[in-house]
This record gives sequence, C-alpha cells and structure tokens, in this order.
Amino acid sequence: MTATTRETVLANLRAALPESSPLPELPTSGPWQTFEDPFVRFCEVLDSVGGTCCRVKSLSDAHQQLLSIDEWNSAKVRVSAVNGVGDPTVDLNSIDDPHDLENVDYAVLHGHFGVAENGAIWVTDDTVKYRVLYFIPQRLVIVMPSQIVHNMHEAYGRITIGEHAFAGFISGPSKTADIEQSLVIGAHGARSLIVFAVDDLA
Amino acid sequence: MKVALFIPCYVDQFYPQVGMATVKLLDHFGVQHEFPKAQTCCGQPMANSGCMPEARPLALKYVDVFKGYDYIVAPSGSCVSMVRNHYESFFTEEDHAANEVRKRTYELSEFLVNVLNVTEIKGRFESTVGIHQSCHGLRELRLGPSSETMKPRKSLMANLLASIDGISFSKLQRIDECCGFGGTFAVAEEAVSCMMGEDRVNDHLAAGTKVLTAGDMSCLMHLEGIIRRRKHDIKVMHFAEILAEALTSPVAV
Amino acid sequence: MSHPTLAQDFVDNKPRAQWHDKALWFVREKRDRMAASVPEWEDLRSHASAIKMHTMSQLPTYLEMFEAKAKALGVHVHWAADGDEHNRIIHDILQKHNAKKVVKSKSMLTEECHLNPFLEKNGYEVVDTDLGERIVQLREETPSHIVLPAIHIKKEEVGECFHKHLGTEKGASDPKYLTEAARGHLRERFCSADAGITGVNFAIAETGGFVVCTNEGNADLGVSLPKLHIACMGLEKVIPRASDLAVFLRLLARSATGQPITTYSSHFHGPREGSELHIILVDNGRSGILAKPEFRRSLGCIRCGACMNTCPVYRRSGGHSYESTVPGPIGSILTPLRTPEQHSTLPFACTLCGSCTDVCPVKIDLHHQLLAMRGFLDRKKLLGMSKKMSMKFLSGLLSSTWMFTTAGSAARTALRWMPRFAIYNPLNGWGKQRELPEPPKKSFREQYADNNKNSGRPS
Repeated sequence: MTATTRETVLANLRAALPESSPLPELPTSGPWQTFEDPFVRFCEVLDSVGGTCCRVKSLSDAHQQLLSIDEWNSAKVRVSAVNGVGDPTVDLNSIDDPHDLENVDYAVLHGHFGVAENGAIWVTDDTVKYRVLYFIPQRLVIVMPSQIVHNMHEAYGRITIGEHAFAGFISGPSKTADIEQSLVIGAHGARSLIVFAVDDLA
Repeated sequence: MKVALFIPCYVDQFYPQVGMATVKLLDHFGVQHEFPKAQTCCGQPMANSGCMPEARPLALKYVDVFKGYDYIVAPSGSCVSMVRNHYESFFTEEDHAANEVRKRTYELSEFLVNVLNVTEIKGRFESTVGIHQSCHGLRELRLGPSSETMKPRKSLMANLLASIDGISFSKLQRIDECCGFGGTFAVAEEAVSCMMGEDRVNDHLAAGTKVLTAGDMSCLMHLEGIIRRRKHDIKVMHFAEILAEALTSPVAV
Repeated sequence: MSHPTLAQDFVDNKPRAQWHDKALWFVREKRDRMAASVPEWEDLRSHASAIKMHTMSQLPTYLEMFEAKAKALGVHVHWAADGDEHNRIIHDILQKHNAKKVVKSKSMLTEECHLNPFLEKNGYEVVDTDLGERIVQLREETPSHIVLPAIHIKKEEVGECFHKHLGTEKGASDPKYLTEAARGHLRERFCSADAGITGVNFAIAETGGFVVCTNEGNADLGVSLPKLHIACMGLEKVIPRASDLAVFLRLLARSATGQPITTYSSHFHGPREGSELHIILVDNGRSGILAKPEFRRSLGCIRCGACMNTCPVYRRSGGHSYESTVPGPIGSILTPLRTPEQHSTLPFACTLCGSCTDVCPVKIDLHHQLLAMRGFLDRKKLLGMSKKMSMKFLSGLLSSTWMFTTAGSAARTALRWMPRFAIYNPLNGWGKQRELPEPPKKSFREQYADNNKNSGRPS
C-alpha cells in the first residue's frame, strides 16, 4: 500500500526536525504593558481606529443614547440582539437564512469586554443567531460590560478558546487603505462602530 | 598593549588619509601601533558574493597576519563585522588562534570608547556634520541604535563627534537608511544602488549637511561618487578624519 | 528576466519609483510609532521567535494535535504534499457541493499554489474579495506585496480599471468613491457565493481552531453566508497554545501596517451550524526548508510584510521585479529555495543592510539567510560564470600581498593618467552615475612607512 500524503508529509517533517528548544512561559500579567486608566486608553485607541465608545450606567441609558442618534432613527432595517437596547424594525427570530440579513442597516449586538492596548472588543457567536451580523450591517453597535483589560495576554487569560465556532476581536469599523494607502472607513463590513460600555453589566 | 592596524584594502590604496587619521588618533591617545605589511583584504567581497571557497584563503591569511596582537583596530565596521561575525564557517571552535584574532578585532570607535575609555575629543571642528550610519557598524556590530529596534543604545561615533567643540549636526528624514553601496551590489544592481545613494544625498542636502561622515569609507566612496558627479557642495570625511582634525584645533576658552 | 533588469525598468520611471518608495516608507514609519508604543516590544519579538523555533522542533506533534482537535470539532482535515494536490482537493470539495461561485480572501498560500487560474480553468468563478487583490485580479496582474497587493498601482489606474469593469465614472479616482464602488460590487458576490475560501494566519494546536485577520471584514463575510468554508494553510502556521496568540496578534498588525490590531481577528473552531468547514494542510516544499538548518528559521514568517516595507531595494524596485509570489527579503529566501535556477538573482537584490532582520517581528535573521543563500547558489553552480571567475581572480590577487600592492599602485597610476572617456566607458558600471575615487599618489602603507621613517620609528 502506498503511503498517504499525510504519512509522507509527517515522515518528511520527522526526518528534518531541529533540536528541541523550549516554549516560553507567557504569564497573563506581570511583564506586559498596563495603563493608568485602561478605560481611557481603550476609548482613545478605539477612537484612533475609527470607533466611538460611550460609557453608560445601564442598558436603558444605552437605549436612550441610541435613540438620539440620527443614523439609527433614519435606518430602515434595524435589528437588535440586546434586549432593551434599540427599537428594531425586524425581529431576528423571524430570519431563517443569513442571506436575508443583507439589507440590515443597523445592528445592535453583544460584546464581552474591551482591550485597552488596541481598542478591540471580544465577541462570540452564542449571543446572536447569525454571526454574519457582526459583518453585514451598514452600521454596528456593540453593547458590552464596562470591563477593560490592559492587554492581549490578560484578554486570552480570561476567555476559553474553542468554545465557540466563531469568536473574535473587533477593533473599530471595517477599513481599507488598498488604494494608495488612503484610509477609507467602510470596506466590506460596518461603516461605523459605536460601543456602549455599560457599568451595570460590569 | 600590542596594537595592529588593520586598514581595509581599498582604504590602503584609495583613502590613505583615513588610515593616517586613525594613526593620529592612536598616537594622540598614546597607543603604540604597527601596520603588519602582509595584510591585504578580509575576504568580504568574495564572501558577500557567496564565494566562500574564494574567501577562505583570505580569512586564513588575515588570522595569520594578525595573530599575537592584543588588539587589531580598523576604521571600518564592515570589515570588522566580516572578521567577527562571518568567519565562522572557516574555523572550528578548536581554532584558538583564529577565534582570538576574531575577538580582538575592533572597529575604531569601539576601540576608542570601549577599550581606551575615551569619552570626549578635546578639539574644535566648526561645521554642520551629517552622520551616515553605515549598516554593518549599526546592525552587525551594534555601534549605535538602529531605528527598527526599540532598545536604547548609544551611538559610539555620534557621541564622540558630539563631544567636539563647534560641531553641529544636520537632522535627517531617514536617520539610518542604507546608502545603496552593498559591495558588488553597487554595480550588479546599479540602478537601485544609485537611486538609493541619490536619496541619501538629497536627504543630507535638504538637512543642510556640509560635511558628510560615516564609519565606513565604502559607503562614503559611493556617496562621494554621486556628490562629485552632481557637483554638490558637500565634503566627505571619515569620522576618524574629523576627530583627528578636531584634535589639531584648539578648544575655545 | 533577472531582478537587476526589472529593477532598472522600475527605476527608469523615477517619479513613480520615488512615489512607491515613499508610500512604503510611510508604512514603515507607522510601524515604528506603533512598535515604540509597546514597552516590551523587543521581548515580544523574542517570545515570538522562541515560540516559532519551539514549534518547528515539534512540528509533526503539533500538526497531529491540531488535526485531532479539529476533527473532534467536526472539521474535515486534508493534507496536500504540493500545490497541485492542494488545488485538486479544493476542486473535489467544490464538486461535491456543486459549488460554482467562490469568494476568496487573501491567502498567500493559494497564490503560491496558483489556485485561481486552476479553478478558472475548471469553470469556477473565483472572486478575490480583498480590495487590493480584487484590483490586481481585475487588472490580470499578481499582487506586488503580500499585505498591500495593489501598492504599485496609482489611484488613477484603479479608477480606469473600475470604470472598465465596475462602471464607475470615467476619470474618477477618489479612493473613497472607488472603495464604495468595490463594496457594492463585492456585496453581490458575497451574497451569491456558494463557497468561501480563506487563508489561515494562525492554527492553534491545543484547540484545533484557527485565526484569520483582516481589516476589511472580507474573510468573515465570505465564510458567514455560504454553507462551505475552505481554509488553506501552510504547515508552518500552527502554534502550540491559544495564549501564544496574544504575542502574535500584538506583533502582526503593528508590524504590518502600523495598526494596534487588525479590525477583525476571527477565531474559527468547527463549522457553522448547517455548514461544512474544511482545512487543507499544505507542505509544498516546507518540509524541505525545515531540513536545511541555515534556512529553517524562514518558516517562522507570519507574512506581515514589514521586511518589504523597510527594504530599501524592494521600495525602489517594486514587488513585481522579484517575479515571485512572496517578494522582498523573505521572498528572496523562500523562492530560490524552491526554484534556484529561475530566481538566482534574488539574494543579490540586497545590500545586506540588515534592516529586515531588525524589523522582523519573529526575529528571522533575514539578511544572514540572504548571505547564506548566495553560498547555497554558489554550491549549486548558479552564480554565473563571470561573477565566479572574477571572484576567483580577485581572491588570487588578494592572497598575495605583492600582487595586491602592485595592482593597487597600477590602478592608481592608471586612474591618474587615463583620459576621462577611457575611464568612464560604457563597461564601467560604477561610473555611469558616480565618480571614481580620486587616486592618491601614495598608498597608506607607503605613507605609514614614511611617517615612521621621519619619526625614527622602525617601519
């Protein structure tokens, strides 16, 4: 019997192995960058990558703030996965195919926490029926507890990787600089990102 | 202290004034020196072309010529880097003489600062100097901080120059971009090489450099070639020449 | 063609070469500012390098671990020995799903395997969804940079291309307007695609998942709608632990584009409900590189492109002058390892300045490998007769002190007495744009001897 590609490749690799070298320890805290006020840093960095952060006390405060945004009110197709935030025009439960979300103008979704060093928010697919909602709406609102970790080491320290078919960090709205290095916000994904950091959830 | 001068082959033939400036500096600091006459070239042109078998006899010759000295001092970061960092394949760990010679080979600013503990040059040099950070001194010998790395390191050459009275420095847009010499690259990739050189020269012109200096004459040979062809008003001097000239000018009281 | 010839062509259009150089230097400066904002930057680089070296030393173990974990998550895992096998596997999967329309996000591996032409030949519609890649695809070119595929193209040229293919206004060249047009055009493709293909930035052995990083969100849109996701990865993309991602995600975007992190860093673990996820592990020469001690560290490359942005030669010769999927310093190692005959000039498109080595987030000793690659080519007798002969001659000349001093003196005399037209003849590559040094009457060794004679010291 001829060997499978898998066997051949693994055998070739085994024949070529360098001397063993140690895997460095990566503590979740200690040698890494921290900030005097991680929340302030998070807001600054998020702002620098095109997003906006609003700190609010409660979900109803987030709701009130959202209703004061013109683009939200003028958006035709509005969805929300966060109970009590936004006045959606389409019920997400009525959707059976992610393709039907093509025309969503504005979506309100959950986030878990923010990362001060890079303005990223950790999101997971268990909080929304279709993960495409993080990418397909014209504009995006993420509602999260006002919890900010300093850096990525701390971030990975508090999440379990592998629990979700999809999870990820989102830092600002979609962007590109592929034409002459000119930054354009709104490449394929959301054209804007507003983050409500809610104290009551923290 | 038995010190040998290692004068790169092209400096010996085309830039003797750089060797003589080195002599003047060593004399000034009371260092007795010799010039072993059998020396020629460290073998870098061959090694950098990938021709290791052709570089090998020159590495053996280098070790043979310079063994037995406490220090071997060269006004060139590039040639010192060749000896210290790229002779590995020619010798084994047991080649004691070779490894001693490699270890004892010093670039001039390194020798002045780290061996002789020179911290300042008491002299005067009135001009706006533009420093070209030669790559091998910078990124092979770490004689200064490269702009890519985020570690603070002091630039040995810049510190020595800065201690001279009357000197000022031009501020460049790109503080340590390569000049484009690169040995045989200068001819094999003539178009890119000359564009790189031209860009460096233009940066110095815009910054108001009057005297362009570096730790390696090879970079300066290339840049001077462009400066002279284009008739720019920039003088080219190895940093050893500036230090030596400063020593002959009194410090203002 | 050789690199010097193509580079000469690029430099001949001086304003364009200068524009290209400045565009990339701008990215390098952004990278510097980002790196400087992280106090432990150099430690991160050391950690990244150590993680990669460690992984290489146990690569089969980590690949098997990754495979087992991925399978447990319901992923179909395939192995491909080379590009052809990789392409065939994709063809089979697509056929099984009766998928005809494919959207693809950036993957240097699929470029390396020439997947697009293969799929097009077999009747599939393949749309590159990264804006830069879509531009080069419409222009029927290849990317000139691994992170900035269209960095060589001016906005006016993009405007022309979009006018022809997407019906934008004639003469329009505003990046915002053109990006908006591409957004509309590609949305249609996303929504009608049967399958999404992505690359893999990092595959996590301990969890069986993988991470894809984009700014545009094209990878995510491409795989969140159709029922089929195929992820293609080189074997070297595996890392041991999820916590290692912290190190790499901190380094990647900062090094690549000077951003604190990419907009989307998506972690995929198993298929979406009601869909299939396939991962293809591709060797295509990687086990051969692992077997070469002097070059194996090149396998640590995380494809950030920082070495290209900083390379003074790349910036002034353009990515296409390398005629290689991965251009620049890292490409000048990886490509000649695979096809030394066709790419023997690449390791010489380098001044050995070492900037690439210092900028590399995983501390690959790029310029030392480029030097080693020259020796590799010499041992394969691929340096070219004239280079080898001149080095043999030079070595012989310099081995003899007498011959060296005699030749040096003769050269100085000749330079002093020869007429200018004879020195600056067409064969003198140095003298085309540069003066030769002014020859001194006496060499250093002669002056040193005179000096000692005058001061009464023995010479």
